[in-house]
Amino acid sequence: MFMYEKKLQYPVRVSNKDVRMAMAVLNQYGGPDGEMSASMNYLTQRFSMPLNEAKGLLTDIGTEELGHMEMVASLFKKLLEGASRDEMIAAGFGGYFANHETCPFYLDSSGSPWTATYTQAKGDPIADLYNDLAAEQKARATYENLIKLTDDPLVKDTLRWLREREIIHFQRFGEALRLVEEYTASKRVF
Amino acid sequence: MIGRNEQSNRQKMMLHNIMQYQVAVLDLALYLDTHPNDPVALYRHKAYTQQLKQLRDEYEMMYGPLNNYSMETGETWRYINSPWPWEWDNK
Repeated sequence: MFMYEKKLQYPVRVSNKDVRMAMAVLNQYGGPDGEMSASMNYLTQRFSMPLNEAKGLLTDIGTEELGHMEMVASLFKKLLEGASRDEMIAAGFGGYFANHETCPFYLDSSGSPWTATYTQAKGDPIADLYNDLAAEQKARATYENLIKLTDDPLVKDTLRWLREREIIHFQRFGEALRLVEEYTASKRVF
Repeated sequence: MIGRNEQSNRQKMMLHNIMQYQVAVLDLALYLDTHPNDPVALYRHKAYTQQLKQLRDEYEMMYGPLNNYSMETGETWRYINSPWPWEWDNK
């Protein structure tokens, strides 16, 4: 089951509004390598894992990613706070505003809707864990790109923290992969 | 009730404390997921969760439950009170 804790995992603060940055940040909400893709990957792959270690890890990281989604959505909203109509239009945000106002929605920054095709659940534990390693690297890279796109130290701080978490997840998945590979090799009968 | 951003510094500080301990606990939990018998990690998780429980109990007594499964010790369901997580640190 799932529980919700009424707090962010890590603080989200902005120094100033920045509509363009809000749009870029949306990629980590509804984009291909964003937190939703990560969460949905892991929370469904766990059903086909042979080892308790892997079931535990995928469940727990998948859950953490939901908390990251919340952080990204909060960042999106704060970056838009106080933005005027003209500022939104100038940033190319008019279309989004017409459909969603300033509510976070599951799109990437070019307006493509989130899709299950951003996820994988091959059902083969080794294939899925390799996929997850790649997913964490892509998330890390995206955060690095976002960090480059802003000068706001508060925004950078939150993004850097989220990037760090992806690196930790990558290490954990590496360990799970090793355990699953060892297990699979030990089961093989030739 | 319409929420105004009433963030007393004390509440913010207490919540930040809880956030820090929770991240430490989660990090240990993720590590334990793939190293379930590691004695150092087990010890640390135990120590941090003990401390975290104290911090949470104190916070929730003063400000209300942080989730649906914590007891509401007050006279009203303070769980829904402002600020919500995305409203902290707002101007």
